[in-house]
Order: sequence, then structure tokens, then C-alpha cells
Amino acid sequence: MTDPSPRAAQQTGPVVRVSGVDKTFRRGDRAVTKALEAIDLDIARGEFVSLIGPSGCGKSTLLRIVGDLTSPSTGTVTVNGKTAEQARRDRDYGMVFQAPVLFDWRTVEDNVKLPLEILGWDAARRASRAREMLDLVELGEFVKHHPFQLSGGMQQRVAIARALAFEPSILLMDEPFGALDEMTRERMNGEVLRIWERTGTTILFVTHSIPEAVFLSSRVVVMSARPGRITTIVDIDLPRPRTDETRESRRYFELVTAVREALRAGGAELDDRGTVGPGSDASIERTIAEGAVG
Amino acid sequence: MTTIGPAIAPTSRGSRPAVRGLRGTRSLAWYLPAAIVFVGGIVLWEVVVGALNLQAFVLPKPTAILAALQANWAEGRFALLPSATATLQEALTGLVIGTTVGLLVAFASVRWVTARGILLPLAVAANAVPIIAFAPLLNNWFGLVNPLSKALMAAILVFFPVMANVVRGLVDVEPAAVELMRSYAASDWTILRKLRVPNALPYFFTAMKVATTLSLIGAIVAEYFGGASTVLGRMIVQSASALKFDITWAAILLGAATGIVFYLVVAVVERFVIPWHATLRAEA
Repeated sequence: MTDPSPRAAQQTGPVVRVSGVDKTFRRGDRAVTKALEAIDLDIARGEFVSLIGPSGCGKSTLLRIVGDLTSPSTGTVTVNGKTAEQARRDRDYGMVFQAPVLFDWRTVEDNVKLPLEILGWDAARRASRAREMLDLVELGEFVKHHPFQLSGGMQQRVAIARALAFEPSILLMDEPFGALDEMTRERMNGEVLRIWERTGTTILFVTHSIPEAVFLSSRVVVMSARPGRITTIVDIDLPRPRTDETRESRRYFELVTAVREALRAGGAELDDRGTVGPGSDASIERTIAEGAVG
Repeated sequence: MTTIGPAIAPTSRGSRPAVRGLRGTRSLAWYLPAAIVFVGGIVLWEVVVGALNLQAFVLPKPTAILAALQANWAEGRFALLPSATATLQEALTGLVIGTTVGLLVAFASVRWVTARGILLPLAVAANAVPIIAFAPLLNNWFGLVNPLSKALMAAILVFFPVMANVVRGLVDVEPAAVELMRSYAASDWTILRKLRVPNALPYFFTAMKVATTLSLIGAIVAEYFGGASTVLGRMIVQSASALKFDITWAAILLGAATGIVFYLVVAVVERFVIPWHATLRAEA
């Protein structure tokens, strides 16, 4: 039996290479929406890359193309030197969605074991790994609970534990904290960084939130509205480990402003929480003014 | 302390420590108001019938019904217990046949798109037909005294709710859950086993609670159109035509009790198979 662990698959070159990817959604023979255009992106091993852009810019679609949940209209995606489909078959991906997508009929522990069962791990190994992962996300005392007995933030931590359980070489996170309140979200951000630093997993992270993207990432990929294109890539040179002080540092505010301006240059509308989304021109002006003060 | 009806359900409490604290078990106090109303209603019935001096053929007293039940329990022309047993057997046979076919059609229509296109419209159309109307035909085809003609009536009634609910349970999964399974490169078979079937179980048990009652209705109504003499449906028809309405009522009472026990058995099995679901409902 081959070990699906990414640590066994150490190799040079980028983990993910996206080149010349277009995505057009069709209805029948008619092209309906051009979601992505001319996307080129390399992600190195161990990187934390965020995709940010206005609603409908195709950032989730790009993540789904990388994860082989949908296919590009043109262009290629290579993951660990393989096609995206082969990478999926080799279980190179851990997925975390906006909703936790836990199975109510399974306990927290059994939810984490789900991918391990599918991968054919034996019971003892499944049990010890599930424990280990739940301790990692600090839910060790909730193993026997059912998902609906946990809060939203706890459920999402279970989803992260599940995604990491089989040590996928890349973690794809599609707005994982979008449904959480601001406080929980900040705590989860810290948690994700801690886990990322401990496991060394490569993460591709889709978000609506500029502060979140800057706080977490090694690079922030800024996308423009339909058709989605990469307009700018902002290198985030904040020191690690990142803490609450990071959020108050001068460099942090400069980078938040840089990402915000890149988004604005791409035609995005911002609201006053630094979240990309539909909003009025007045609120954009206010946001920019506040950013400058910070 | 009165313990009637649904108070039987909590007997499974605490029997599985693995799900300790998980049950949405209700205390006896929760059932008390319903029990009081039930007993009060019976007492009122007894008193009102006595006070108005109603004739037994209009409405017998509850005590008279119980007396008739006791007098005709095991033997005589209106032997009720053997009748109820025979009818229960027909209903059970029908339940098994109807559930099996319902499950087969449900799984086939989820597995094969073509099967879905053919089977589901037919099943929906068949369900719109007043199925009871076929009882005389079934009697003709399978024999008036053959229990199978009654069992098939029950089976036909049971089929649709089982099929429709299970299809819904198998199909109504979160799209993201299917994508999650795809990201693990899970086969269709694995997705069926680990996602669709567990998702369908609560739907299945909901259907079974309806189906138990329907199977008894199917069997008894089919018996109205003729059948072996010691079955509940024949007892009801014959005692009524002999104007022995206390026996008619006793037979109905026995049928009702059978239906309730049948339902409770499903409810208890449900508690054991999907204990988490009671908690989910209680917390929803």
C-alpha cells in the first residue's frame, strides 16, 4: 500500500501550477458567463496564499478548479506534478467549505475519521489520528458530541481537523470563516495560523475580508470582477508568528491599504469593515479615508 | 400513576451509555396532561351514555365494550384475539412486501437516471388512484379467503410513502457533502453507503410510522370485501350486521391497540438505530 502522506511526496517545483486558465459557464451551446480569464498562478510548498476579490470574480471557481471539483474551459492545472484529477484521486486535497458540512449522524470523532475510513486506514490508526487532530483544534473533550451540539466556530474547527486528518499536501479553504462573527473569526484566524505553522501544509484560502487575508497569508492574490483576472499579487512580509500585535503594527495597516487599493483599482466596491462586496461609492471613499488614517 | 400509550417509548432510556445524555427523552410528567384528558374522556363517555340512557346499538358504554372484548376474547363466533392475530399477519406480510418493493424502487431510481424517469412518474400516477377500490379485484385474483389478497392491499398502500420518502432522503443531501466526498475520491458506492443511506434513515422511519398504520387499514378494509371468517374486518362487518355493536366496538378497539403497538415498535427501533435524531429534533 502506498502512503498518501505528502511528506512522502516531497519534490521540487511548485505544489500548484495554474497556467492560462479560462472558465466560461455555458448553458447549452451559449456562453453565459466568463468567470475566469488568463489565470497564471504558482504556489510553492508551505505557502499560505489567499484569493481575494469582489463577489462573482471567480475566486471560488478558481479554488474549485484547483481542487478538481470543476474543470477549466482552457488552460491547465498541475498539482504535485500531476493533473488536478490525478491529485484528487491521490487524495492530495483537504477541503474546507464555508459551511462545515459535518454529518449529523456521526459524532465529532467519527466525522474526523470519515476520510480515514475512505482511505482504508485501520481502526486503531483512525482512532489515534482523530484524537490527535481534535486535540490540535482543541476539541479533545467534545469527541463524543454530535455536530449540532456545537457552536458554529467549533463545527468549523471539526471541519479543519477532518481536512487535515489524512495529511493532504494542500488545504483548499473556501471562505471557511465567512459565516462566523468577527470575534470568532479572529480567533479562528489565529488557530489556522498555529495549525499551518505546526503542519507545514500548503494552503489556498478564499476570503472576502482584507484584514483576514493580510493577517494570514504569505501572498494575497487580488482579483478583478467579471471576468476574473489576477490584477496584483501582494507579498505579505509581516514577521511570524503573527499575533494580536501584528494586527496593530504599522506594516499591517500599510499592507491592508495596499490590498484595498489594488482591489479598488480592479473595480471592487468595499464596505467599511474592509470587506469586499456590493456597496456605495460613498462607503468606498469612507473606507479609503479610514485606511489612510490607520 | 397512569402510564398509557406513548409512555412506553422511554423504556430504552439509559440502555446505551455511548449515547448518554443524547436522548430527547421526555419525562412522564410531559405525558401526564394527555393521559388525564384521555382517561377523562373515557369516564365522560361512560357517564354521558348512562345519563342520556343511550341504547347500546347507538353507543355502548366503555365498560360494555370491555365486557364484550373479554367475553369474545379467544373463542365463540366472534373470537377476537385469533382474528386480530390473523389480520396482523396479513398487515405484517403486506408491510414487508410494500417496504421491500418501495426500497428497491427508491434505490433503483436514485442509482439509474433512466429508472427514475420511468418509475417515479408511474408511482406518482399510481398513488393518485383510490387504491382501496382495487380490493375486490385483488380478492378475485388471489382468492377471497387467501390472506395474500389482503396482504397485497396493505403492500400497495405501504409502497408509496416508503418509496417517496426514501428517494427524498437519498437525494436530499447537501451538495457540498457530495463535493466533500468527491474530494476524497470516494466511489458512488461509498457515497451511497456513508452519505446517502444515513441521510435517508430518518426519512425511512417517518415513512414506516405511516406505513404501519396504512398496512392495518389496507388489511382490514380488504377484509370488508370478504375473507376468512376469523379476521378483524369480517368481525366488524358481521357483528355490525348482527347488531352486536359492543362486539364491533371491541374489534375496533383491538385494531386500534394493534396499530398503536405497531407504531411504538417502529418508534423504539428508530431510537436504537438513529439515537442522534431524537436529540436533533429536541434541540431544533
